[in-house]
Amino acid sequence: MAPRVSIQAADFDVGQELARLRAADHRVGAVCSFVGTVRAAGEGGADEVLGMELEHYPGMTEKAIEAMIHEAHRRFEIFAARVVHRVGPLAPGEQIVLVAVTSSHRGQSFQACEFLMDYLKTQAPFWKKERTPAGERWVDARSSDDEALARWGIQARNG
Amino acid sequence: MKVSLRYFASVREAMGRGLEERQTGASTLAGLRDELQSLGEPYAQALGAGKAVRMALDQVMAEGDAPLRDGCEVAFFPPVTGG
Repeated sequence: MAPRVSIQAADFDVGQELARLRAADHRVGAVCSFVGTVRAAGEGGADEVLGMELEHYPGMTEKAIEAMIHEAHRRFEIFAARVVHRVGPLAPGEQIVLVAVTSSHRGQSFQACEFLMDYLKTQAPFWKKERTPAGERWVDARSSDDEALARWGIQARNG
Repeated sequence: MKVSLRYFASVREAMGRGLEERQTGASTLAGLRDELQSLGEPYAQALGAGKAVRMALDQVMAEGDAPLRDGCEVAFFPPVTGG
């Protein structure tokens, strides 16, 4: 069986990941996925982003995402969830993260996918550092990410 | 008791290292942070009261009142920005 969580420097193939999820369970009637990519503009679109570096906390990252998948299973009627998150240097246009969820019908997998992304943005130990023509800078957490998690009744206390 | 300390992202850069072991008399995460701040630089700069620093105890997000135990792993880092 494929792992539920992968933290890796290498790129991933969304089609292959979704095909694997579908093939694993013939009860699946819906596959919802989200792919995050590196933007070429910084916050507010103010300046050009030449690239970014993703740092994480080995050990805790995997544990935090496993816990959030467990919580998604508790809250939603889903069959499986898969999270791939890249670390290391990334260029604009590159994929950073994949969250994919399967269920019988679309409603539960749409919701679980959004829940997992909201949770990941505020609870998984990843940090982004942008490289711009003016130099390097750490990306600040957004209070809107905490607010997104609050919809699910969870106090984030991140940003 | 002995604790392993880990620093990430901007906190790691301010500390100039990602890992250290320390003896502490503190009994909670908040107590440990206060104790480290009082050591002067670079701790005061990296973990000062005005800094938005989040903490994890044994690789789980934790608040200041979380109790420490001998041999535990404590991490200090800025708010997370993955995805």
